[in-house]
Amino acid sequence: MLREIRPAIVLLLVLTAITGLAYPLAMTAIAGVIFPSQAQGSLIERDGKVIGSALIGQEFKDDKYFHGRLSATLAPDPNDSTKTVSAPYNAANSGGSNLGPTSKALADRLKEDVDKLKAENPNAAVPVDLVTTSASGLDPDISPEAAEFQVPRVAKARNMPDDQVKQLVASNTQGRLLGLIGEPRVNVLALNLALDRATAK
Amino acid sequence: MTMIGWLQIILFCAIIVALTKPLGGYMTAVFNGERTFLSPVLRPIEAGIYWFSGVEERREQHWLTYTVSMLLFHVGGFLIIYGVMRLQAVLPFNPAGQGAVAQDLSFNTAISFITNTNWQNYGGESTVSYLVQMLGLTHQNFLSAATGIALAVALIRGFSRASMRTIGNFWVDVTRTTLYVLLPICVVYTLFLVWQGIPQTLGPYVEATTLEGAKQTIAVGPVASQVAIKMLGTNGGGFFNANAAHPFENPTALSNLVQMLSIFLIGAAMTNVFGRMVGNQRQGWAIFAVMGVLFIAGVSITYWAEANGTSIMHALGLTGGNMEGKEVRFGIVASSLFAVVTTAASCGAVNAMHDSFTALGGMIPLINMQLGEVIIGGVGAGLYGMLLFVVLAIFVAGLMVGRTPEYVGKKIEAREVKMAMLAILVLPLMYLGWTAVSVVYPAAVASMANAGPHGFTEVLYAFTSATGNNGSAFAGLTGNTLFYNLTLASAMFVGRFFMIVPAMAIAGSLAAKKSIPPSAGTFPTTGGLFVGLVVGVILIIGGLTFFPALALGPIVEQLAMNAGNVF
Repeated sequence: MLREIRPAIVLLLVLTAITGLAYPLAMTAIAGVIFPSQAQGSLIERDGKVIGSALIGQEFKDDKYFHGRLSATLAPDPNDSTKTVSAPYNAANSGGSNLGPTSKALADRLKEDVDKLKAENPNAAVPVDLVTTSASGLDPDISPEAAEFQVPRVAKARNMPDDQVKQLVASNTQGRLLGLIGEPRVNVLALNLALDRATAK
Repeated sequence: MTMIGWLQIILFCAIIVALTKPLGGYMTAVFNGERTFLSPVLRPIEAGIYWFSGVEERREQHWLTYTVSMLLFHVGGFLIIYGVMRLQAVLPFNPAGQGAVAQDLSFNTAISFITNTNWQNYGGESTVSYLVQMLGLTHQNFLSAATGIALAVALIRGFSRASMRTIGNFWVDVTRTTLYVLLPICVVYTLFLVWQGIPQTLGPYVEATTLEGAKQTIAVGPVASQVAIKMLGTNGGGFFNANAAHPFENPTALSNLVQMLSIFLIGAAMTNVFGRMVGNQRQGWAIFAVMGVLFIAGVSITYWAEANGTSIMHALGLTGGNMEGKEVRFGIVASSLFAVVTTAASCGAVNAMHDSFTALGGMIPLINMQLGEVIIGGVGAGLYGMLLFVVLAIFVAGLMVGRTPEYVGKKIEAREVKMAMLAILVLPLMYLGWTAVSVVYPAAVASMANAGPHGFTEVLYAFTSATGNNGSAFAGLTGNTLFYNLTLASAMFVGRFFMIVPAMAIAGSLAAKKSIPPSAGTFPTTGGLFVGLVVGVILIIGGLTFFPALALGPIVEQLAMNAGNVF
């Protein structure tokens, strides 16, 4: 047994150096050359400033923007570091609501949000993804139905014809890969950037 | 449920079936020490590592030496993770300025990673530095996976050898698995993931100003290199708190599909390795079929339950399934499929929050883990877990016809059956025992996030996941407390090593036996009858063990939900 001691120490250190340092550092160097944008986090700049990442959702509250999913992310309470406070789309602390199917808190929240959305657009069925929190709290997408649902509000806030907004939604809708894999979706940040560009013209 | 949803599930299954045989062939060559197409590059490195580490490549080990080597290796792995976590504040690669991780959390995480569990009491982007992610977590993702595979290969050698005292050399098995199987796949896989959008940088977190003018700090890091091995090695510990639901860990529908495939890839191929090494690939396919039957059943139930949604949602007129805690790009089907895949294998990565699943939808992941994660299972661990059930099933079949049971040419006798039972019984002792303690200990009860039966399920899920070395969670439970850090660590430790040691004892005892040629009275183990028997034994042993606990959790919750109760 004693002769197993040396491999137990030396082999562990060698394999640790290979898998824990050489491998991630080499991959960082290679990926940075081949896919520089993705490796940095697919950041989007406007007027020379980073406004976010194409893959990370951000909070939209203004009527003139399309709103994303609800986000249950938290941040440390500035007044008491042992507690946390709600901080939607906190991209430094991802997470979901973890409310279960028989949770009263979830039932109350759903009812409140469904009522709010029904008041906003009584003519359409409320899409389920607009009243539920995402798993990461950073979901960048909404369903095409959820975008469609918000068209009247956004069009009104921007004094744009409904059809023009609908067209922007359509051109920012991504289908399934090969018509099969995944779900149709609309990237909220990309859509809102397109809206801003259309208004600027 | 939709046709396109089912097509996605069928596509996933078809790709796994197609990859099982070629990868199984390659891996068999690696474990047998034969030349492969990567040998010209890797063989000199491999030989150099043996020379430097003092490994005598041709010296094989007795099962006990093999097991002790494995345990020593883990002691070292534990110390590295624990040390790096405690010292991260003064070590490099810490642009976010993370402070030292607390003792109990470091202990829990170190046990978690050496046991291939990767339970996340740590918060990822909010807790640990890039150095911990690489040197602590990524390295052990490789080595705990390589260990699992090595152990399974050692057990297979027990079946395939005759009248021998040794079952291989642990150091050689681990090195070859790491160099020839895990690393080459991960290099290609990492680049694919970066192409899909996963960051791979050592730069600091990004400060952005959103369109509405708010500040947003975006956590980045060397993510892709870790995600690759986290999936391939069925580790599952996330770079980020939200794991594979985070857009930076799983950005697209394609990355999601490939991640699910990579969870099953090696575990599925191991069945083929088994078949090849015992000299009949159909033996491997029979085991694959047992796994397949249980898997399809689980996927169907979870997909149905999640697509159906909850009573609360129905009452409000919401259609489209239970989207609470799910991401739009994955939707109902890819979230349901992922949940079943990650718990059938002992991965534990999640792309949706299992805590928010419907009662029945969340029960299937729980059952998958309670069955011992033998449906594909963890890399290596799934196969040796399944072989323990096969030993029992063969024993039961032998009792029915009154013959000494035999499997792939080996007589299954009292010692093997006792060891298999020991391994299988120790798991429920951990998860049922600790759950029972937790629901009467006030400090443990306080950690539950949901009231009513769902809170109980959170605790049961935590200990089941820890014991099964899965690592997924009903994440509402506040696990980062002294009580849970220590009890979960004990469950992970016992769940891993009290299964491994009996399995290795079986390997040693089988290797020493003579091989007997099949006769007219041999129970054929490649047909439908055998598959049905093993499925039956798994479900009966599993069902008898955990049905009462399930009745208190998800089953009563489903009934309460149907009756319109909330808690």
